[in-house]
Amino acid sequence: MHKYILRRVLLAIPALIGLTIIIFLVMRILPGDVLTVMFGEEGTLQLSEDDRARIIASLGLDKPIYLQYVDWLQDIVTLKLGQSFWRSSSVMDLIRSRGPITLEIAIVSVFLSWVLGLPVGILAAMKRNSALDYAGRFFSILFLAIPNFWLGTIIVLVLVLTFQWKAPLEVVNIWENPWQNLQIIWGPALVLGLGQAAYVSRMARSALLETIHEDYIRTARAKGLAESMVIARHALRNAIMPVITLSGVLLGFLIGGSVAVEQAFGVPGLGRTLVFAFLERDYVVIQNLVLLYGIIFVVTNLLVDISYAWIDPRIRYS
Amino acid sequence: MAEANRTTVVEPTGSVLEQQAQRRQETTLQRVVGFCRRNPVGAASGVAIIVIIAVAVFAPFVATHDPILDADFRALRAEPSGAHWLGTDDIGRDLYSRIIYGARVSLFVAFMAVMVGDLLGAAWGVATGYTGGRFDMYSQRFLELMMSFPTLILAMLLVLAMGAGVWTVIVAISVTRVPLAVRVVRSVTLSVKENAYVDAAQAIGASGTRVMVQHIAPQCVAPWLVLATAHLGSVIILEASLGFLGVGVPLPTATWGNMLGGTAAAGLFPRWWMVLFPGLAITITVLAFNLFGDSIRDVLDPKLRGRT
Repeated sequence: MHKYILRRVLLAIPALIGLTIIIFLVMRILPGDVLTVMFGEEGTLQLSEDDRARIIASLGLDKPIYLQYVDWLQDIVTLKLGQSFWRSSSVMDLIRSRGPITLEIAIVSVFLSWVLGLPVGILAAMKRNSALDYAGRFFSILFLAIPNFWLGTIIVLVLVLTFQWKAPLEVVNIWENPWQNLQIIWGPALVLGLGQAAYVSRMARSALLETIHEDYIRTARAKGLAESMVIARHALRNAIMPVITLSGVLLGFLIGGSVAVEQAFGVPGLGRTLVFAFLERDYVVIQNLVLLYGIIFVVTNLLVDISYAWIDPRIRYS
Repeated sequence: MAEANRTTVVEPTGSVLEQQAQRRQETTLQRVVGFCRRNPVGAASGVAIIVIIAVAVFAPFVATHDPILDADFRALRAEPSGAHWLGTDDIGRDLYSRIIYGARVSLFVAFMAVMVGDLLGAAWGVATGYTGGRFDMYSQRFLELMMSFPTLILAMLLVLAMGAGVWTVIVAISVTRVPLAVRVVRSVTLSVKENAYVDAAQAIGASGTRVMVQHIAPQCVAPWLVLATAHLGSVIILEASLGFLGVGVPLPTATWGNMLGGTAAAGLFPRWWMVLFPGLAITITVLAFNLFGDSIRDVLDPKLRGRT
């Protein structure tokens, strides 16, 4: 077990290095140089030679390309990720002040998706083709089609029209004021959680339906166990595996999706910071935040793999 | 003697072929009828898709105003009325017409991105699955890396690097489709290439390309079609998200995402019709594609029925 975990962790390292290479290549090699990306074509023409040289040097772009890459790796390892070009804050400041909110939204929405999605999926599988089954399937199909940022915008609209609700202007962390913090995160977490619950209930339903036909379930019923016990103690244990995989995969969607939902609710999280960086073409911030999102994705997949071996003793990758 | 023989051989074959063609035509029609009867939801969503595509294609005839130039300054942010069926936006443009024209852009981007990305992925998947070895290993590692980025963020990054435009958005979105297409098609290829007829083709000296195109690719069409239809829905949402965030198809082009994001970017609080109608357009279209995708999956791939 420990050996397996160690091996999986070591295998993630080349993946992380690959991430840095891809981001670096996309940002340096694709057509259009950094200055045009940052200032637009007209803006670049208005810059004087001196300004251009100064900006290029401040971004470290005057060095040979392999040195630029080595410099960036060094920055990552030492956690000195550089400065925002337009603001005084460093990238690390941004991550530290905006990160917790986004992390909280992600965790709460995964939690919500399980609380909402699992019971619906399980009940739908137990009472197949009942009204509840059809309702669950209808809503899961519907929520897959609704863009989450639109649902967010509508909720905001309703809140503003009925309660004179105002978008939160600053970050309030959970350890500072839990109540205010909750007011900031519940919206995005609910919207993302509902979207994910659709996937979770669908997956739980089909996984449970497959498991229910196994021999050991028949045995459990034959020895006179109550149906709820059969499901809870026997069927669910195997049916839960695909749901966990799914949640791992979904966390990726969620991280991407939270960008748009934070924007819809005006929540000052990491996603919104990333959107601003894109709109302002803040080169250094984009490069490092995209890497951070990639790292979170890789680490999540790693944790999902490890949780497999932990939950299912039959799995022993050696 | 030989010529006489040939004519006697050719003639019946022709008529048999004609008969076969006729029979096939009938069965196609019957198949469509059967599909509608067994899959009323699939048929309804298919009709909805045809209507939406028709509306997009004939936008100039369906719309009542020009989507960009026709700004009615006497009716800024006007409620839905007889003159403007779905109201107007911040600078008095007719929302109904903008949604109609927006369908053009959104559908065009979605179809092109799915065609480019999923076809590239399919070709890559057949090649890497059939060739195997080192090429397969490096491909797999590379695609895993591409999948380590959240799709929306990867698309944003690519649009940034290439500069905003309809085609860069298409390319950026299509890139996010490639890994999934490769994964599906490769797994089909791996099982198909074990078939005896592939061995037979190789034995009579068919080139690798020929085996891939003639013998393996046709087997991948059904699962690919299922995947591509499912992708159409998610791509429409992805394109709308880019537009909403202000990094998609550049303004003033009317797209459904741009319409939802534009007001917020201007710092104005949107009126309800500006939010409700473009989002409904997205939801209905994506719902139609998803439901249709589900039903053709049931038809083409019964093994997958009931899975997500």
